[in-house]
Amino acid sequence: MTVADKTVSGTKVSITIDGQPVEVDQGQTILDGCRSAGVDTPTICYADNLTPVNVCRVCVVEVDGNRTLVPSCSRPAEEGMVVHTDSDRVRHSRKMVLEFLGSGVDLSQATEIGPWMDHYGADTARYGESPEGMNETVKIQDDLYIRDYDKCVLCYKCVEACGDDAQHTFAIAVAGRGFDARISTEFDVELPESACVYCGNCIGVCPTGALQFKSEFDMREAANWRPEEHTVTTTVCSYCGVGCNLELHVQDDTIVKVTSPADHSVTSGHLCVKGRFGWQYVQPPTRR
Amino acid sequence: MPDLSFTDDVASAGEKAVVDEVLAVAGTAVIFETDRLIRAGLARRNERRDLLLPALHALQKESGWISPGGLNYACDQLQVPPAEGYGVASFYELFRMEEPEHEGDVVHVCIDAACQVAGNEELAQRLEAEGNHVHRGPCLGQCERAPAVFIQGLRKPDSVPADADNPLAFHQQGDPSLRLLHRLGVVDPTSLGSYLENGGYKALAKAVEMGADAVIAAVRDSGLSGRGGAAFPTGIKWRGVADETGRPRHVVANCDESEPGTFKDRILMENDPFSVIESLIIAGLATGAERGWIYIRGEYPLATERLQNAIDQSRQSGYLGDDVIRSGKRFDIEIRRGAGAYICGEETALFNSLEGFRGEPRNKPPFPTTHGLFGEPTSINNPETLVNVLDIVVRGADVYRETGTERSPGTKLFCVSGHVANTGIYEVPFGTTLGELIDLAGGATGEIQAVLMGGAAGSFVGPDAMDLPLTLEATREAGTTLGSGVVMVFDTSVNMTEIVVRITEFFRGESCGQCVPCRVGVVRQHETVVELTQKGTLEPVKAQLIDDMAMAMADASICGLGHTAAGALQSALRLGLIGGSQ
Repeated sequence: MTVADKTVSGTKVSITIDGQPVEVDQGQTILDGCRSAGVDTPTICYADNLTPVNVCRVCVVEVDGNRTLVPSCSRPAEEGMVVHTDSDRVRHSRKMVLEFLGSGVDLSQATEIGPWMDHYGADTARYGESPEGMNETVKIQDDLYIRDYDKCVLCYKCVEACGDDAQHTFAIAVAGRGFDARISTEFDVELPESACVYCGNCIGVCPTGALQFKSEFDMREAANWRPEEHTVTTTVCSYCGVGCNLELHVQDDTIVKVTSPADHSVTSGHLCVKGRFGWQYVQPPTRR
Repeated sequence: MPDLSFTDDVASAGEKAVVDEVLAVAGTAVIFETDRLIRAGLARRNERRDLLLPALHALQKESGWISPGGLNYACDQLQVPPAEGYGVASFYELFRMEEPEHEGDVVHVCIDAACQVAGNEELAQRLEAEGNHVHRGPCLGQCERAPAVFIQGLRKPDSVPADADNPLAFHQQGDPSLRLLHRLGVVDPTSLGSYLENGGYKALAKAVEMGADAVIAAVRDSGLSGRGGAAFPTGIKWRGVADETGRPRHVVANCDESEPGTFKDRILMENDPFSVIESLIIAGLATGAERGWIYIRGEYPLATERLQNAIDQSRQSGYLGDDVIRSGKRFDIEIRRGAGAYICGEETALFNSLEGFRGEPRNKPPFPTTHGLFGEPTSINNPETLVNVLDIVVRGADVYRETGTERSPGTKLFCVSGHVANTGIYEVPFGTTLGELIDLAGGATGEIQAVLMGGAAGSFVGPDAMDLPLTLEATREAGTTLGSGVVMVFDTSVNMTEIVVRITEFFRGESCGQCVPCRVGVVRQHETVVELTQKGTLEPVKAQLIDDMAMAMADASICGLGHTAAGALQSALRLGLIGGSQ
């Protein structure tokens, strides 16, 4: 499902965002309106290539006439809506969501979340010395990718990418309840025993580095991960005739991970195991 | 079924048999590949997935846990991905995901407020000493006979020991002013004949004669509002569903009352089950729904049995089926048991649970009247709300409104527990004061320290609140709530800190975990309160933190659980029940 599915072309809806009149297509969300109005809005569980699940609540806004705040990512704009994205209530809830996440989850590699924490003044120190965290150990079960659920914010993106929104493999789901909820295979069996087909689309959508290429993980462990030096080369996958775009991330003349652009018409950012992981032949140890 | 992947674990013959038994009621639960090609476009994953929860119940009862082989078999039969099946099963308190070390039943002992002050821990220890496997868990909905016990049977039906030997906790028998409970203790709850002798099914006959629109108009004019806590006008809800013509519609009885301190619907269902069925039929005919559902707590085996019996007898006599009392309308009811999850009392979480998904609330809008069960228009009401309709239909909205107040018409059921002489269910007109209600329950047995109104999701009031009129408007103005009708009295012997700490722990255990403000907020709130009890005083920065967390949970959570999770704590702090004045 893509964002385009929900719009009804031709019909326009007028709303007001922070005093500014904004026009969006019928069916588009408040977040779409914010973006077209140039109002920067934090998101964590939202992605353009996934169905909104509105669980992280960091994108909440105040809408006149609504008792509680509403998630801008999934609330369709309605004619005449008056939206506030920077009221005290909005700033407070966004700050608290970020504090809550920061107080129990390792966000050290969540490059998009960090700046928002600074922006809203999230103070994770006030939760005492040892607020309960995820208490997980890194799952390394193969050479392709690792799962470090200490970094997991339960945004559901990987579940969606594995399921209805991209891969239709359904190898993982949310299990357990409340603070004990975790992303899991059935009975937490190791990935090779599960339905996982190693498309890596879960890695592609993970916002915190909880899911990571093994290559990246190993280099980070060796303090050798230098993204500022990466070059990104766009190419077309050579395995079949579909024509998926690949973005090869290269460090020290070596491919270290592969992504696909979320707005690519063929992939919507999603790949299969061959495109995602089938590049080792380019750089076998024997050719180096 | 080539595209689902399973581990090698295999179900036992017993597990296969019990799952097959569940699925047999539905004929073929899964549409297989060839049919699917013919019926292209139908989502395979949604076909009879609503049988997943019954299948899991069957597995739990057969093996004492959800074994990998058993889960594989149920998921294969229903074509549910096993990872999702595991996600669903692990959501519920009553399902165990690890093989138990003991053989036999699990004895659940309640650890919530009413049982805390009634010696629940002593009971649990005694039961353990007797060799039982005891599980200490959240409210079991038997607060009038605390401490509460519920037995989850291994290869035998679940049971509640108190059902066998406790008298009905109802002290208003013969009171002519009763509108909802007049049959309690009078009617034989297992007999349709007895129900008919006591005025049963008269409302249905009249409703058929009036026609759907007139019934909805009467419900609207009566001012009836939902009795589960949200107080939404029932007539508006029914009108909304009725207007969704051309689509399959549903009516659901929300019998998942799980708010600590609440047991009114249980007593009503156990002692007058036909009235719940009759009113649900009226709801179905009025809204144009052909399917009625009862979603009832897993911890209510007697109520479940009596409702099922009432459905069976009613169907045999033509009150349910293809032509309800020759009205030309079709309507039937299915029962689904919950499996231990407070959150499934939230209407959209209930829909997800019934459909075989995790009991996570949905974002609203859209609302159930347009997108409810299976995405179809649905009216969902609890038993107390439904039973009000019988009175409204029989006597008319004007007469109904003669009781109660202008903005809170009618009568209300209250669950009075804790330190009163006669705990139990009470029906009083809206506007009765808190003190009058407590007097009706025989008065407090000690000096009142505080009263918990509305349950864990409600708030405490002090002994100075005895003149508070019990109406929606007056409680709201006083900063408290009627909620689901909980009135739990604590005398001065109670250490309120323990009660409040447990309430915060309750929310920590019952948050579904979906949205960040609630999933993390309830944990940080509990941690902060535990720290407060250890230090003895509440530092200003922590007081600020509690308020900050409360505001974010109330503003940004998806559902009512997060919205109300801080209410009891904040009221306890305001009243000085905890936090430094000890």
